Amino acid sequence: MSLELKNVEKKVGIETHIYPTNIKLEKNTINVLLGSTLAGKTTLMQIMAGLDKPTSGEIWFNGENVTGKQVQKRNVSMVYQQFINYPSFTVYENIASPLKITGVNSDEIKERVGKVAELLKLSAMLDKKPDELSGGQQQRTALARALVKDSDLILLDEPLANLDFKLREELREELPKLFEDRECIVVYATTEPSDALMIGGNTATILEGKIIQYGKTLDVYNRPENLTSAKVFSDPPMNIAEISKSGDTCKLIDNSVQWKSNVKIKDGNYKIGIRPHNITTYKEGNNTVEINGKVLISELSGSESLIHFTNGNLNWVSLSNGIQQKNIGENTKLFMNVDEFLYFDENNRLVNHG
Amino acid sequence: MLPIYWLINMSFKTTTEIINTYSLWPREFTTENYVKIFTDSTWYMGYVNSITYTVFNTLISVAAALPAAYAFSRYKFLGDKHLFFWLLTNRMAPPAVFALPFFQFYSSVNLFDTHIAVALSHCLFNIPLAVWILEGFMSAVPKELDETAYVDGYSFNRFFFKIFIPTIAAGIGITMFFCFMFSWVELLLAKTLTATEAKPIAATMTRTASTSGYELGLLAAAGSLTIIPGAIVIYFVRNYIAKGFAMGRV
Repeated sequence: MSLELKNVEKKVGIETHIYPTNIKLEKNTINVLLGSTLAGKTTLMQIMAGLDKPTSGEIWFNGENVTGKQVQKRNVSMVYQQFINYPSFTVYENIASPLKITGVNSDEIKERVGKVAELLKLSAMLDKKPDELSGGQQQRTALARALVKDSDLILLDEPLANLDFKLREELREELPKLFEDRECIVVYATTEPSDALMIGGNTATILEGKIIQYGKTLDVYNRPENLTSAKVFSDPPMNIAEISKSGDTCKLIDNSVQWKSNVKIKDGNYKIGIRPHNITTYKEGNNTVEINGKVLISELSGSESLIHFTNGNLNWVSLSNGIQQKNIGENTKLFMNVDEFLYFDENNRLVNHG
Repeated sequence: MLPIYWLINMSFKTTTEIINTYSLWPREFTTENYVKIFTDSTWYMGYVNSITYTVFNTLISVAAALPAAYAFSRYKFLGDKHLFFWLLTNRMAPPAVFALPFFQFYSSVNLFDTHIAVALSHCLFNIPLAVWILEGFMSAVPKELDETAYVDGYSFNRFFFKIFIPTIAAGIGITMFFCFMFSWVELLLAKTLTATEAKPIAATMTRTASTSGYELGLLAAAGSLTIIPGAIVIYFVRNYIAKGFAMGRV
């Protein structure tokens, strides 16, 4: 089982929504499409589902060209960001509907709906209408409907985006388990890098209708092919600075911060990418370098502290564990974990692989 | 409430009492006026006729407006916005403008003085109205609902009748109410296009008034009865109307 997009392109009028794209998704994988809003994730999913036709290119499923094959005749399920259920049906009828339509006999429907309802903790709500449920339960119903039939392809379009924080955390942990023993390809679109890391599997970073990089999620995260991919896969945004290297000494251009590095690259000018959590108010890792900054904003999110500061002409973002109170305008000292720096050449390609 | 009270008050009086004395309630209570209406076929057929073409019209309007409204809410096509606006402008022209062409047209196709003629002529202003209201309700339903149904394996027809129509049931209820009301109260076209067979109640009232002087009690009773169908319809759709106001297209 595999899903392959061959040179798929989508244009609407003169605008290009998806640039020619090639990607092959293998069976029993969860594939995360990671990109900001309007990056083309939804369009890509609609093309995969057959709800939308590509302007050019082909879609192959299991070695069969399914371009233009009606969505009803493909075996797919889809869950949207909005909680989409059939308002006039009860939860039970909602979950049963994909089975009923394909003529599964009623005993089997009962059994399968019961099973999936239990899995998604909906057993007590089967007789209710969707609008009597909470948002989380509504989305569980939609998920149940997607899981009840044995789809070859399950598409989840930002399924957690409209849920509140707690429910999101909870469902995000459950999701990968739901797909564990299934023979199918799962595609999961999200704007949040943390979702991708949590779900694992494979990740494709997408920007403005182009797939930047596709590979194992951790590989894409740790070794982004280029600066764009690294930017897409970083939240809060990645810090980028220009440096010059001579010998084993690296130095920020226009700045006095310098450090020793054993990266095996030629001397010259580079860009470095530093993820916010690698700049902290305490020392972390074996090699750290100090950086002074003037605090712009200091905010708390949960048990983490986000400190925006300026150094030289650049604005920096740092993310530390624990509650680190800083006053606006205060001069402060932070530590950067040198081993985690990503070095990019003048073409924005990563140079320190591994 | 005063005009309605006075109308009902009058309907239980004799014509002599109405003309000669001022009384806040009937001195000589009589139901004779109502008895006359329900026993005289020239009277009660007026109601039957009015209800017949009104129901016809409501059904035709909603049946025609459902697919049209769906197209407007779901598809983009050349000139869709202009067409939508043009539909509404039909609503702005006074029906009197169309009385003559309708009269001539129905006469020439032998539909003059039939229920269907009146029902069809009322579609002139009811279909645009129905499309306008339904489009609002349909656009409030996310198009992802359609897509989810297709993904689940529903064909368009099954989706439309089994899922979509129940989803916008409130909208359909409201639309039917408005079509019913406008068709029910419209007098000019209904009067112009009928003679005896399909004569509406309002026309019956104006004509009978002059035959044996002014029978005010009888007229008041007839008038009171014309309120009833509207009241019944309102009773059934009152919850939908509240919802409709909340959704902002009514």
